[in-house]
Amino acid sequence: MKKIVQHHRRRWLKQVQGLGLLALGACLIPLKAFAKKEDADEAIKKITGGAAIKDGKVTLTIPPLVENGNLVVLKVSVDSPMTANDYVKTIHVIAEANPSPNIFTVYLTPRSGTANVTTRVRLADSQRVWAIAQMSNGSFWRGSAETLVTLSACTEMV
Amino acid sequence: MSKTSRTSITMPATAKKDSIIEIRAIAQHDMESGFRYTEGGKQIPRDIIRTFTCTYNNVEVFKADFYSGIGANPLIIFTTVAVESGTLEFKWVGDGGYEAVNQARITVS
Repeated sequence: MKKIVQHHRRRWLKQVQGLGLLALGACLIPLKAFAKKEDADEAIKKITGGAAIKDGKVTLTIPPLVENGNLVVLKVSVDSPMTANDYVKTIHVIAEANPSPNIFTVYLTPRSGTANVTTRVRLADSQRVWAIAQMSNGSFWRGSAETLVTLSACTEMV
Repeated sequence: MSKTSRTSITMPATAKKDSIIEIRAIAQHDMESGFRYTEGGKQIPRDIIRTFTCTYNNVEVFKADFYSGIGANPLIIFTTVAVESGTLEFKWVGDGGYEAVNQARITVS
């Protein structure tokens, strides 16, 4: 009797292992659906309408090494006095290697007090993430951060 | 029948006038990206929260647009200036008629 139980357990373990490998395989297949840098550039162009973007003022913070891409804490802060004449209007966050490059957009007002926003994002791959900020005078500023993702927030099966 | 779920707001109940307060808003939501497949190879349709709005005594002070890249149970932390006592209303709107509203009171001295 005991032997049968053990046998069953072994078979079950084998099946589970097989499933695990399958899931891993699905993660490793390079998917055509993934956007590449061009898509991100396209998305940025859409935001700026072709206007020049200057480097600086924007700080994007993500962990340099991410174990699980499904939930990554991302913080954006923009250096601005946030007064009625000089404030940050919008912040866009764009990922270069996600299936859809746009992650989120926030709209701020002088009543925001500071231009600091924190949220949790998905990252499909090791990549550079961009934050583009538009100031009240219409100028665009950008900042970026690079990260290594070990477990992708990929198109895993359910 | 529209969908809704639990949402929660964390912010101070009192504040000094013109001080900057931090607001943390979180919603219970799967944020199905629309890029996943079932074992049968069927694509799971996208089902996410699309926008989050914060109004302070009926004046919009913060808005966010979310896309598939936002993780499950979206959390957003932002700041606002405590200008007057009153009510802050938080509204989440998403795919499939999703809607959730949350309110919080603040006393400004």
